[in-house]
Amino acid sequence: MGDKLKVTVRRGGPGAQHDQTYAVPAEDNQTVLDVVSWIQQYADPTLSYRFACRVGMCGSCAMTVNGVPRWTCRTHVRKVSERPEIHIAPLRNLPVIKDLVADMDPFFDKWIGAEALHHPSRSREEAIAPIDPQDAARQEADLGIECINCAVCYAACDTVAGNPDYLGPAALQRAWTLLNDAKDGAHDTILDAVSGTGGCHACHSMGSCTQHCPNELDPMRAIAGLKRDTVRRAFRGRR
Amino acid sequence: MRGARGHTLWLAFILHRISGIALAFFLPVHFYVLSLALTRPESFDSFLAFADLTPVKLAEFGLVFLLAVHMFGGLRLIAFEWLPMSGPQKTLAAAAAGGAFFLSGLFFLQAV
Amino acid sequence: MDFHLYMAQRLSALVMAPLVLGHIAVMIYAVQGGLTAAEILSRTQGSLLWFLFYGLFVVAVSLHAAIGLRTVAQEWLGLRGVALSALALVTGLGLFALGAQAVWAVTFA
Repeated sequence: MGDKLKVTVRRGGPGAQHDQTYAVPAEDNQTVLDVVSWIQQYADPTLSYRFACRVGMCGSCAMTVNGVPRWTCRTHVRKVSERPEIHIAPLRNLPVIKDLVADMDPFFDKWIGAEALHHPSRSREEAIAPIDPQDAARQEADLGIECINCAVCYAACDTVAGNPDYLGPAALQRAWTLLNDAKDGAHDTILDAVSGTGGCHACHSMGSCTQHCPNELDPMRAIAGLKRDTVRRAFRGRR
Repeated sequence: MRGARGHTLWLAFILHRISGIALAFFLPVHFYVLSLALTRPESFDSFLAFADLTPVKLAEFGLVFLLAVHMFGGLRLIAFEWLPMSGPQKTLAAAAAGGAFFLSGLFFLQAV
Repeated sequence: MDFHLYMAQRLSALVMAPLVLGHIAVMIYAVQGGLTAAEILSRTQGSLLWFLFYGLFVVAVSLHAAIGLRTVAQEWLGLRGVALSALALVTGLGLFALGAQAVWAVTFA
């Protein structure tokens, strides 16, 4: 009771960022998002941040907490620091709009760039393709489909940091799930998209994506799968 | 972003990159000294005498380690990318460093 | 990274893996009791086998190092476009020239 957290928040917009420190009441059970919300509601209403569902489904509240990208709604303060001090900043590798709000456009543009979007294989007049849940390709796709587009992997990746063209773990993982989806009708288009400059071959398998994915997905494995399939296609020749 | 690094596979990545850069810078020197073997054998042999000093031997141990760890680490990556089974990557990365240490240690023991 | 650079990088690596092991084995063997120019030359001079072994090694390593340094320069130095290609080309050709000279010196020169 009466304990305070020392919370330092990266404030400001493009080219004019600074750190601002707040004293926030400590609670027994308190997420990082609770802390940010407390600051906005009781200390500084001008603080900008993003959240929606508060239960780890919408993927909108990711921030950099003590140097690590995390989903803040499901990250307890006690988990990130032994001491009552936290530093909160917007996600890395994305332009900042204001305070803790990162511009997600480049992230989602790359989903399109990776052809990580559904390519229909049948029209509405045709019956839906039957999917066998035990099928090996389906099971491989299942490993990656729970992505919530939070961009934690994208912020964690040093290859994205060094190579702005790189499509990044999330977009490539979605491309991989579609490549393993019997209902997707443009597998060659996907393989072409992930073979260009900034495609899956730029990945160095450093695994920060897999290390930090809050849903415990394995984008590094998915990207290795894309590499394997592009190589296999090159040896086989195009159909 | 320091906090997002430092995990096993990131360390394997940085070791692979640093060893690669170091080997690329070492190679021209290596080639130059070798070509001395024929063009000026006496200066080559005086270089070898210099290479007989213990600190230089230690540096050579380092070079062999860099070469071996770059090879084992690279083979791990290719296996991870191309073989259908992925295996325990963290253990394999540690094994690559261990294997490299063994080979370079063997070299060092023969060299001293 | 472009797919073709990726393939060249991986294939040159696979070519080099047995060569590296062979090279380290020879070093461990040859370094015993010290090295001399005469000793090295007696092993390699006039040998087609060593010429092919180290000749292939030099070709593969020139390619591999050029692509590797290109990636590092792109990610860590922010090099792009013509500068990046020029760096890769100079690295590759330079290493090949020096390496070929060295292989020639210890085999057939």
